[in-house]
Amino acid sequence: MLAYKFDWSVLWRQPYGEWLLGGIWLTLQLGFLAWIIALVLGIFLGTIRVSPWPWLRFLGTLYVEVFRNVPFLVQLFFWFYAGPMLFGREIQFKINAISGLNYYVAVIGLGLYTASRVAEHVRAGFASIGQGQYQAVLSTGMTHLQMYRYVIIPYALRVIIPPLTTEFLTIFKNSSVAMTIGVAETTFVSYKIDNETFHGLEATTGAMAVYLVLGFAVVKLMGFIENRFRIPGLVSR
Amino acid sequence: MFEAVQRNLPFLLAGFLTNLQLAACALVGGIFLGILVGLGRISRKPWVYRPVTLYVNVLRNIPLILVIFWFYFVMPILVGKTLHPFVSAAVSFIVFEATYFGEIFRAGFQSISRDLVSAAYSTGLTYWQTARYILVPIAFRRMLPSMITQSIITFQDTSLAYVIGLQEMVRRTTIVDSMEVRSIELYSFVAVMFFAVCFVGSRISRYYEEKGRRANLL
Repeated sequence: MLAYKFDWSVLWRQPYGEWLLGGIWLTLQLGFLAWIIALVLGIFLGTIRVSPWPWLRFLGTLYVEVFRNVPFLVQLFFWFYAGPMLFGREIQFKINAISGLNYYVAVIGLGLYTASRVAEHVRAGFASIGQGQYQAVLSTGMTHLQMYRYVIIPYALRVIIPPLTTEFLTIFKNSSVAMTIGVAETTFVSYKIDNETFHGLEATTGAMAVYLVLGFAVVKLMGFIENRFRIPGLVSR
Repeated sequence: MFEAVQRNLPFLLAGFLTNLQLAACALVGGIFLGILVGLGRISRKPWVYRPVTLYVNVLRNIPLILVIFWFYFVMPILVGKTLHPFVSAAVSFIVFEATYFGEIFRAGFQSISRDLVSAAYSTGLTYWQTARYILVPIAFRRMLPSMITQSIITFQDTSLAYVIGLQEMVRRTTIVDSMEVRSIELYSFVAVMFFAVCFVGSRISRYYEEKGRRANLL
């Protein structure tokens, strides 16, 4: 019925198989590096959003609102095209380079975008602890430091970690947008294979399978971490 | 400042209209298919919930760009002729967003406790009356904030149709930028346009969230 001839060998035929492996490696790198930026910045932003100083809270809220309400593609293009103009013209981007400066733009852009989402989860984690909890802990004679160390942070972590699992999965999916600025990650490679072989269907399906396997691995890994942080005797969400 | 934006304003705004149209198509189709997915997920029949669950789990683990590419490459094979990027983008959005809406509907239906259903039956309401007056209104009120949030995400995602060459706002901005080389102003303008729509949307979502929370407390 279909006139189309499937040729799955494009996925492992050289040099395409090598390209695909390189792409997977770059996807992993992008995800992990951006995740580190997102975690550090997101925890900081989430914490200042519950701080007692209004101007600090305002700065945190401003960051989160701006970065959440602008599509990631637009943010990435802003850093990629407008960045060199903002930070001095001498910064030159190498388009289509495997790991030129566009790669660092993708890492930082993805990190900054995800930080706004991490910040929201962190804020929600702290907000989920009732005022009574603080008073109850303080009345037992703990110092502020002890209270955070033994009660507040463990409780907040239990609320924060499950959504962060989802974010960690999302970061790998969002890294595919980096293809638009020429970072040769999995999606870019599948697009390139299509351009060379006209077997886009096989190339795209192969890339999908990569993300599925990756997602499954991440879910397993994060399930392990979630279990570590489960407080005995508390009903999990 | 911003002369480049002013000069090309009609061209850029026409692109923004494409984003809005694509989002509208994705929402109508995605919500409709999403209802079916949500109902399929809570079905007791294995031959219904197994394939639906597989569909949801697979699609949710795949980047949207790949889904857009996939449909862009597959549709010509199935239909036998090349399609307009808008059509293939709309189809991929509907198929992709339906999984997210489906999960929202499933959570909404499952959030209704058995006790409430029993209470409704005990007052003498029939099955359809229970659904009509109790289940659907309560589930809808609980789902509304997440539905609005997902609609905002869908709207933001329409920018990804850039990758198959659809002349939406981001694609048009890159075209203008290649002639004018005014990246800061042009991309700031795109960001502001998206921000304006999404910020209003997220406020509305938060309003309904607060309203729902207060109503549940009373």
